[in-house]
Amino acid sequence: MTTVERTAPRLAGAAALLVLAGLCAISIFVGVGDVSPREAFSDPEALYLIAASRLPRTLAAILTGAGLAIAGLVMQTLARNRFVEPATAGTGQSAALGILIVTLLLPSASIATKTLVASLTALAGTSLFLAIAHRLPPTQPFLVPLFGLVYGGVVGAAVTFVAWHTDLLQFIEIWTHGEFSGVLRGRYELLWVSAAVLAVTWVFADRLTLMSLGRDVSVGLGLDYARMMQIGLAIISVVTALTVVIVGLVPFVGLVVPNMVSRLIGDNMRMLIPWVAGSGAALVLACDIIGRLLHFPYEIPVGTVLGVVGAASFLWLLLRRPSHA
Amino acid sequence: MRDRSTIVLAALGLIALACMCAFMTLGLRGNLWFSLELRSLRLLALVVVAVSIAVSTVVFQTVTANRILTPSIMGLDALYIFSQSLLVFTIGGFGFASLDPRIKFAGEAVVMVALAALLFLPLLKARVDLILMLLAGVTVGVLFRSLSSLLARLIDPNDFVVLQGASYANFSKIHGELLVAAGVLMLIGIAIVWRMRHTLDVLALGRDAATGLGLEWPRVVAATIMLVAALVAVSTALVGPVAFFGLLVVALGERLIDTRRHALLLPAAALVAIIVLVGGQTILQHVLGGASTLGVVIEFVGGLVFLAMLLHGARR
Repeated sequence: MTTVERTAPRLAGAAALLVLAGLCAISIFVGVGDVSPREAFSDPEALYLIAASRLPRTLAAILTGAGLAIAGLVMQTLARNRFVEPATAGTGQSAALGILIVTLLLPSASIATKTLVASLTALAGTSLFLAIAHRLPPTQPFLVPLFGLVYGGVVGAAVTFVAWHTDLLQFIEIWTHGEFSGVLRGRYELLWVSAAVLAVTWVFADRLTLMSLGRDVSVGLGLDYARMMQIGLAIISVVTALTVVIVGLVPFVGLVVPNMVSRLIGDNMRMLIPWVAGSGAALVLACDIIGRLLHFPYEIPVGTVLGVVGAASFLWLLLRRPSHA
Repeated sequence: MRDRSTIVLAALGLIALACMCAFMTLGLRGNLWFSLELRSLRLLALVVVAVSIAVSTVVFQTVTANRILTPSIMGLDALYIFSQSLLVFTIGGFGFASLDPRIKFAGEAVVMVALAALLFLPLLKARVDLILMLLAGVTVGVLFRSLSSLLARLIDPNDFVVLQGASYANFSKIHGELLVAAGVLMLIGIAIVWRMRHTLDVLALGRDAATGLGLEWPRVVAATIMLVAALVAVSTALVGPVAFFGLLVVALGERLIDTRRHALLLPAAALVAIIVLVGGQTILQHVLGGASTLGVVIEFVGGLVFLAMLLHGARR
């Protein structure tokens, strides 16, 4: 280990944090209400706007991005496939099904209750997907994501059908299009649970690295594979359900970010987790800012912006020449 | 064997007729002529859509030599909707939106066919792994859908109900003003496909065999892809994107008629499509009391069929 090798990652990390801080600053000062940096510290009205709307929105974007990127990373480890993520492989749609069930049975349920039920249905939907994914032949790496995309579509169709027949279609539309325009103080705090889940993932980082070596190898090295599977499923389901309840479905973050980051820094989870979380946060925040600026003063939902950016990046990942044959 | 297929086709024809009669007559109330006129227009539209989807799917599967590829899965529906929003967005300032819908439809169809040729001909030439091609197709679909909704929001932010951006076909809100133009385009397309039915049988043998038998492979494939694109434009313009409907009816038709010969498979698939659409619409309307969800039901059932075929193909 030379000093250069030890300081380079630190420099890169510092640069990345600077980028994220810059995005936060932009996010706080971009919007319909005009706030200049000077007013932010003197004008009480500007301060109120920042505290009630801009800051919560920025934090929600960061938490959502970091959470979804990590959920994608964990799901890819569990499915042993680079091209799956919760938002497009049925987890998000299953969570929406859970919200629909709660809304039908207990119309007055709190956000926490909704999240709990959505987590449970997301868990069931993801377990089913992974059970099938593990049966697919490993020689066909693209079969799993294709299966996931259509599986998500089928679950989504079931949700739409029930919603249509119970006059809840408007509701479902809101939940399946991720956007931050409705995030205000007092309406997003539950997202901090995502941060707690991130900490849990960090604790299990080394065990996740072992998991990615495959079942037999990791069991041989003394890993409780089944228990790790349950923990991983819990991480994926809780983060996805939280996001769907509070923000809506945000596609492709969990798919694109882990792939891009692991191409740059390798597969060690200890290194990956902070980078993936940070990059996910930066991506969602940047896309939200783009959505706010593209058609100022109107807003474009972050889900739509990410749909374009994410699908294009994913296509590039799929069709580029494999760098290692 | 000939007898069996004749019987199957005749039976399908009779069931399709029965479905049409049920659609026309069930629960008629009030002004008889008015209702009949309205219903016959909607019936005509459903038939045009059903036949277009069935025929385009069969031809597409022949060209790509695969049973689980359909134009919708490869994102062609989304491509048409994208062409629509692109035209409104780029030349919207010149009153494109207020043009005659038939002229708009013609413009959209032309743009779409051009885009389809640009996108799919290289893919077909490259001989990409099939599963990868399917995955890329689905992703292309997502990309174009997102682009369409992005453009839609840039065009008119106050209009949050972007009908065209919907991800499911709506068989109740049919764009009637296009019916004649779409019907004519469909008839031309079907006439060409029918004349080509023997060529398509040769095409189904695969590139090398077909070339050996004197088929100009690149030219024929390019022509058929454009034909498929035009037929997809017809169905999407009338009802919207249809997801797995084509896969469903062609798979059913093939099971029933038990051959890939185009002279038999084309009518069988078309009749099954008519039965599913008209019959399904009638049942949903009069039994479940909500006809708007037929697209969603088809998406659900067809999606399951697709997954089953995918798993079955993977096991082999």
